[in-house]
Amino acid sequence: MTVTARVWALHLGLIAVLFALHFVLPPYHHGNLARIMVLATYAIGYNVLFGYTGLLSLGHALFFAAGMYGMGLAVSHAGLSPAVALCVGVLAGALVSFALALLALRTSGVAFMIVTLMFAQAGYLTILYFGEWTRGDEGFVIQAADRVLWGFDLSDPANRYFAALTLFAVCLLVSLRLVRRPFGRTLIAIRENEERVRMLGYDTWAHKMGAMVISGTISAAAGAAYGILFGYVGASFAAVPHSILPLLYVLLGGAGTILGPFVGALFMFYLIDLASGITTAHMLIAGVVLVLLTLFAPQGLMGELRRRLWKGLP
Amino acid sequence: MELGPYLLLATLEGSVTAAVLALTAVGLSLVFGVMRVVNIAHGEFFMLGAVLAWGLTQWIGGHPALGFAAALILAPLLVGAIAVAADMTILKRLDYDPERTIVATIGLLYIIQQVTLMTYGPDARPVEAPFNTRLAIPWVAWGEDGFSMYWPWGLSTTSYKLAVIGAALVLLCAIWAMMTRTRMGLVMRATQADRDMALAFGIPVEKVYAMVFGIGAGLAAMAAVLIVPIQQAHYLMGADPLLLSFIVVIIGGLGSLPGTVVAAILIGLSDGIISVFFSPTLAKILATLLVGLVLVFRPQGLFGARAS
Repeated sequence: MTVTARVWALHLGLIAVLFALHFVLPPYHHGNLARIMVLATYAIGYNVLFGYTGLLSLGHALFFAAGMYGMGLAVSHAGLSPAVALCVGVLAGALVSFALALLALRTSGVAFMIVTLMFAQAGYLTILYFGEWTRGDEGFVIQAADRVLWGFDLSDPANRYFAALTLFAVCLLVSLRLVRRPFGRTLIAIRENEERVRMLGYDTWAHKMGAMVISGTISAAAGAAYGILFGYVGASFAAVPHSILPLLYVLLGGAGTILGPFVGALFMFYLIDLASGITTAHMLIAGVVLVLLTLFAPQGLMGELRRRLWKGLP
Repeated sequence: MELGPYLLLATLEGSVTAAVLALTAVGLSLVFGVMRVVNIAHGEFFMLGAVLAWGLTQWIGGHPALGFAAALILAPLLVGAIAVAADMTILKRLDYDPERTIVATIGLLYIIQQVTLMTYGPDARPVEAPFNTRLAIPWVAWGEDGFSMYWPWGLSTTSYKLAVIGAALVLLCAIWAMMTRTRMGLVMRATQADRDMALAFGIPVEKVYAMVFGIGAGLAAMAAVLIVPIQQAHYLMGADPLLLSFIVVIIGGLGSLPGTVVAAILIGLSDGIISVFFSPTLAKILATLLVGLVLVFRPQGLFGARAS
């Protein structure tokens, strides 16, 4: 089996397993997995920027929220159909990430982290400020009638699961394709040594811009899908902790691996789920995992796997 | 109330904010300047100071001044010790790599905040001020029979608020003296200027780092103890001081102590005045946007001349 065939077998195999799980999982875990797949899509978007391009953003909730509110406001205030509203959400994410990239890419390192954090915070506060339309912290519910997409009622668990799976599979394969193309290889080279890539004659700014827009658009797609699948749009999805979440998933699963975001989201979701059964302070787990990961396993789970078992894991 | 007394009141309230903010931000600035570490958990050290102040005053009992005095000394020391321990167990092992330390301090933020939630609980609790006399302030107005002095209703401050401003001034002078007049300050400035050269001259850089991280956290805790009789101690109270300190440190110029103090006064005063005339949320939006734009277009800060 060639390397390419093994890579495709692994990733298509995961999608097949997720498809099969629909028929065997009990309702509780079935619902959880749908949620995890959408959150993993969010993390896939984050991973394009952080894992492959080496730019650590602390403001991805801005893109997630752009997708979510773009969709939610279009469907509830502008009265657009759900399919159009989804496109509005994704487009909003692309525009916001392009605008932020224009500013933030003038900085690097720690300044990039703080700039993204500050603009995301400003975005969060803006949502609160226009509370008349966004209902602020309270958020608003997407009516059941607005959650019917091409005849599929997305409030039905089975439809919801397959919609989440479709989104996840498309974004997984897009990111897999991306990092194996010259564009993606250049992003990895920028992560390793930006100076050298520039010396070799590549336009690093344009590549980073592309990475940021792709990353923001995937995150916004996840946000729009989250809103329509679970029927709720709220400001907590724009707040700082929701920017930390994909960082946590990607670090845990393995930055710069295609499967890392899903593995990280799966583990972290169930870890927090278990912890919230014991204590209200379930974010304690997130803090401990973050510190332990930076100390002992900066490569994450799939990164360790790549180091020990399979050097060619994308 | 007319505009004049109103502005005076806003200025007084703003001065209290500015005093506390200056202390907190100088702690953050010191850590960034000497160690080149962005400490996201700084706000949680602030919160820990306030919560410990509540704990100590409850434990000691008796006259409020007694417990408060103990808190003013012990809480910063305890928080400083926790910070030193965090530095030696976590940050030192990351070799102070800028990006990894940020992720680690985010983790630290959640750990401190959530452990406080588990032990101290979700309630906001007050600490009694050691002294709290209400002082009415006179205002001069041009009336029918020339200048006359009167006491407008609502224009007042408390002796404790004035004491907070005084204490912050004394502490800031002490920090300035420490940095410029003592051997410890010399060692810190040497480490800030060139870490490798300092190491070559036999300065124990790792000990200096641990000490600076402890002092930075201690300053945040001290500021929190001063403010806790005015605000209340709550496990989420660290977010605002963190954001404001960031704004101050970035606008004042990363790592520059005088710039930090000037920016703290500016931000503290204008925050009070802007919040009076506009919505506080709008003030915060403008402040965060300002920080982002300053970092993008003028990374050395509005007052700093040095490139960082």
